[in-house]
Amino acid sequence: MPGLIQEFAMIGGSQGMLKTIFPSKSHEEDRPSKWNFLLTIFSGLILALIVGLVLLAPLLEHLVVGEASKIDLFNRHKGPSLKHLLGTDELGRDLLLRLLYAGRISLLVGIVSALLTALIGVIIGLSAGYYGGWVDSILMRFTDSVIALPLLPLLIVLAATDLTKLGLPQNLGNSPEAALYRIIFIISLVGWTTVARLTRASVISLREQEFVLAAKSHGASTIRVMFGHILPNSISPILVATTLTVGNVILLESVLSFLGLGIQPPTPTWGNMLTNAQDVIFEAPMAAVWPGLLIFLTVVSINLLGDSAKSTLDPKSMNYVALRKPKIHSN
Amino acid sequence: MTYYFLRRLSQTFIVLLAMSFIIYSLIGLMPGDPIDIMVQSDPNLTAEDAARLKASYGLDQPLIDRYWKWLNSAAKAEFGYSRIYNKPVLEILIPRLSNTLLLMGSSLILALVFAIPMGIWAAVRPRSRIDFIINLIALGGASIPIFWLGLLLIVVFSVWLGVLPASAMYEQNSDTLDRIKHLTLPVLALALATIGQLTRHMRAAMIEVLGEDYIRTARAKGLRNIRIIIDHALPNAMMPVITVITLSFGGLFSGALITETMFSYLGTGKLIFDSIMGNDYNMALVSLLFATILVLFSNFVADLLYARLDPRVRYDRR
Repeated sequence: MPGLIQEFAMIGGSQGMLKTIFPSKSHEEDRPSKWNFLLTIFSGLILALIVGLVLLAPLLEHLVVGEASKIDLFNRHKGPSLKHLLGTDELGRDLLLRLLYAGRISLLVGIVSALLTALIGVIIGLSAGYYGGWVDSILMRFTDSVIALPLLPLLIVLAATDLTKLGLPQNLGNSPEAALYRIIFIISLVGWTTVARLTRASVISLREQEFVLAAKSHGASTIRVMFGHILPNSISPILVATTLTVGNVILLESVLSFLGLGIQPPTPTWGNMLTNAQDVIFEAPMAAVWPGLLIFLTVVSINLLGDSAKSTLDPKSMNYVALRKPKIHSN
Repeated sequence: MTYYFLRRLSQTFIVLLAMSFIIYSLIGLMPGDPIDIMVQSDPNLTAEDAARLKASYGLDQPLIDRYWKWLNSAAKAEFGYSRIYNKPVLEILIPRLSNTLLLMGSSLILALVFAIPMGIWAAVRPRSRIDFIINLIALGGASIPIFWLGLLLIVVFSVWLGVLPASAMYEQNSDTLDRIKHLTLPVLALALATIGQLTRHMRAAMIEVLGEDYIRTARAKGLRNIRIIIDHALPNAMMPVITVITLSFGGLFSGALITETMFSYLGTGKLIFDSIMGNDYNMALVSLLFATILVLFSNFVADLLYARLDPRVRYDRR
């Protein structure tokens, strides 16, 4: 098997591959990335644990603690106890339960926005790559321009707009659901660029290949060629980019909520819990630790999984690893 | 090169013009408007008065007409007055800009001081234990929410140790020591959040360069490793890293906005946030526009730098 990969590298014969065939001295101290593998497993477990706990929040609420949003002013800022594992917040609510319910919102926003982002990015990237010419020019200049914008200030303005001025009725425009949909919408509006560029690059490399020609000569429509034949073959970079987007979206949502522009309390998210925590930071410093730790662990796990998926799915880096093993050169 | 320069410049200008229109229309969509605020604060104003005021300010005209008027006066550098501060907008903005540049510059330098050696160290021993650890730190740094980092710094330095202030920087402040004290935590937060990405870029660029033929030549010549790294590899590896830094200026500005807001540091980011929250239309519009100009300009410079270093780019990009 390694021999095959080496052969493939020889045929491919690019600069990068030659480099790996003649490794420089420092490369000889390489060891296989056992640690990376363990880390990937570990981050997968952590993510599964967080998602599992978040999904089980209502069960925990009924069995152990009682109502999550119940205000108990006699028990403000209580330390950890058997009933309240992480203690209580500034209104005497159970901190752990609120964290888990917040996680539901944050993860929901992350996953839904990432999917929307991928959808927009795939459509733009596919059209740009497949049609080429002026369609490609316009779409890619547009993408470049969106990338060049100062993202956060723009998101703040978008999040501060008054939906009732756009003609939405008062009760709908100011409802908590509208805030949720708006945050998903505006994050998707600016987040699609990476997926679009990756899709375009992949489509350009695929569109002249024989299987596309075969599909066309069988009389497949443009839409069918694009979505049925080219898209499935460029799915792996899109999947990796979407995974990484989930992490970025969770970060963006938490920033906006932290600044008071995202999802508003009493609906908890990890971001707006940190806003509260900053207000009471001298009385309850630990309240500032937990929500951020959960954001951090979630995002870092997603990024680690995305990274290792990237190196697993990327044929170039696969050769990289395989060719680096000195075993290939011996015998 | 001249052609590329001109094309890139005109593109930047078009994006800026489009952005100014988008920002202008979005600001009009923010809750409340100046006349509403006047009506609320003055019970003697009747509905007719409000309508007359709207007409005299031209607020009843269509969006395009208002934008065109604004653009004309903006071209003469007349940006109007701030509602909150009661001063010309530029008078508020310029000192804030220098504060922001100070914050961004110091954190960038601090981040580079750590990121360059870490990136090199990881790159010369790829897939080793030290590479693994540095990668882990870098990935962690890239995934950490900057406002949480800020909160942790406040917990450690302000709550537990009590040595540094958590907020409240004064507008008029000549005391250098006090200034530095107020600058420390924001700079630390922004730098720590930047180190991760920079290290990753540094490592990638260094690995790329270390595989080049001229490095092998240098090695064959019998040069010491440290010489090869510092004299031959580092200057070449720095080029893409510098481009990445200029390109990620927008990200750094976003980070500055968050740190400024949470530490009440008087910079452009906090100004943008406050003016949007406080319905200060002129201020919000102009500070947002300046932030856009800053970021677009750095992107423009990055592209020119890149084209200068890599001649292929000039022909590749239609």
